Amino acid sequence: MATQEAAGSSLQTPLPNDVDLNPLSGVDFSELEKSLRRPRTLINVLLSGLVTCMTLLALIPLFSVVWLLLWRGGSKLSLALFTQLPPAPLERGGGFGNAILGTIIIVVLAALLSVPLGVLTAVFMAQASEKNRLATVVRFAAKVLTGFPSILAGVFAYGAVVLTTGGYSAVAGAVAVAILMLPTIMLTAEDALRMVPPKMKEAAIGMGATHTQTVLMVLLPTAFPGILTGIMLAVARAAGETAPLLFTALFSNYWLTSGGHFNLMQPTASLAVLIYNFAGMPFKNQVEMAWAAALVMVLMVLVTNLIGQSLSRQQIQQEE
Amino acid sequence: MAEDITISQPPSRWQGATDKFFRGLCYTFAWLSIFLVVLIVFRIAMQAGPAVRQYGLGFLTTKTWDPNQEQFGVLPEIWGTVYTSLLALLIGSAFGVAAAVFMSEGYLGGFIFGILKFFHVQFHPFWGKLPNQAEYTLKNLIELLAAIPSVVYGLWGLFVVIPLIRPACNWLHAKMGWFALFSTDLSGPGVLPAVVVLSIMILPTITAISRHSLSTVPPKLRMAAYGLGATQWETILAVILPTAARGIFAGIILAFGRALGETMALAMLVGNANVLSISLFSPANTLAALLANTFPEAHPKEISVLMYAALILLGITLAVNVIGAAILERTSAGLEGGK
Repeated sequence: MATQEAAGSSLQTPLPNDVDLNPLSGVDFSELEKSLRRPRTLINVLLSGLVTCMTLLALIPLFSVVWLLLWRGGSKLSLALFTQLPPAPLERGGGFGNAILGTIIIVVLAALLSVPLGVLTAVFMAQASEKNRLATVVRFAAKVLTGFPSILAGVFAYGAVVLTTGGYSAVAGAVAVAILMLPTIMLTAEDALRMVPPKMKEAAIGMGATHTQTVLMVLLPTAFPGILTGIMLAVARAAGETAPLLFTALFSNYWLTSGGHFNLMQPTASLAVLIYNFAGMPFKNQVEMAWAAALVMVLMVLVTNLIGQSLSRQQIQQEE
Repeated sequence: MAEDITISQPPSRWQGATDKFFRGLCYTFAWLSIFLVVLIVFRIAMQAGPAVRQYGLGFLTTKTWDPNQEQFGVLPEIWGTVYTSLLALLIGSAFGVAAAVFMSEGYLGGFIFGILKFFHVQFHPFWGKLPNQAEYTLKNLIELLAAIPSVVYGLWGLFVVIPLIRPACNWLHAKMGWFALFSTDLSGPGVLPAVVVLSIMILPTITAISRHSLSTVPPKLRMAAYGLGATQWETILAVILPTAARGIFAGIILAFGRALGETMALAMLVGNANVLSISLFSPANTLAALLANTFPEAHPKEISVLMYAALILLGITLAVNVIGAAILERTSAGLEGGK
């Protein structure tokens, strides 16, 4: 500030002959010194330091969680965990094979429900014109659903499925989880479909393809990696959800094959509910098992997430 | 003639029919997804019906929860939900916005660039990529915070956060127990551990949306501020943050919605006690945690009451989310119009 004022005034006043022509004369350069003794610089440095510290502090929990998962969960990891049934209180050993299987079954069922609905709705939204009211409403509904509390999906599935079919089941859990997967799939699929260059669509239409042929043979294959990314992200989120399963799929200490045949309409174990149940138990074996289950679950979630992200990166590279 | 040798042909009747069918299918599915949202609200409201008629608005203002006497009130749960969410929001937005500024100002990249410059390798084909890679990794690490399931955070809070903060909390209670926030001791689960974990869980939302909104601030504004002689932080506080304020605000509102509806971490850490207290160390309860803990073993008569509680939670979160989404919609529209 001081420089500009000094420079301005020296230029405007008529210059006597004996005066120094340097416009910077009369500037107190110590004022401009970038020194920590100047309050402006000091505040700048302090705030920079504060922001750095806060960012580092925000990352500590992440490292703490990962470290504990590896340390407490990793020490317990063994093959038996994946093949055996959960132990009774005070019993040693055991595993959570049925919970892993249950989680996979619930997530696959949920994907079967939500992927067709999400992708076809996205096709509608991407094909609709900017001013289409229905598309705007659907998009807004999807955005509102993104912030929908997961427990309420459970409450809804309880009311709609558990009460009508008369019992807790994997299907009820899948319905609850599907509601949570839907907005992610819808919004990412719409984005991916919109990214397809209009030229390709126009070329298809120009060659006489019907609307359906354009969508099925041009749009969907081109946007496929993007859509798959959305599905993967949704699956990753779904695999970690606990709240919607608590009173829809409930929990079970047994495999899904009761009485010799495979039955989806019975209470089903899941890793998330196992962690919740075992974390509160006073038995050491159960608590250790909760940590091991948490490690397995986080690994499942992260691997799905990473696959999804690498797919989207591939797509970006292709476009470049 | 050209018509004789052309391979193009009008869509056959079968193709026309499938086309109509597919268009209709997409249209129906779009309606179906709206119908689903309406159905969720309607279904919960229907099942809450009996309890709404029986308890009316008194349900919101009474404190007892006694299935045996059939007396129900959710005032402590509503208080607990709002109290924990607001506190978590306070911590989460401070750290979230700080992290967003840290990333959008490129501190980490600048720092690494400085180190490389010291060794004169800042434009080296391998080392020169490092600053950008570090920024990218930092962004992913913050996003990773959001990928960890909430039940794992609950487990972590139970075995790490509570033992860690308990001595400090009890010391504060012993020395400053007259202060309302410290008026009880922390015997295990309580408001503070829940708030700590909750703020970590909402941080990625705030950071992601704030960072996006900071990155859309036109660089001209920054250059103009620097040109006038402002320091980096004078620019951030007086120019960049106010310009991005709306987007940041929308992010904070959406994070608030998430905090209100968060279930598992709170069900494990908040203590599930029907207590109405301002103390940070007292156990409490939230609407979502009440649902999670009571539903699995609920008496048939309790179901309708729980649906009423769910309806209240739905109303609060839906309102907050709609406001947040609407603000976010407007901010992006406004910035696009300004280009």
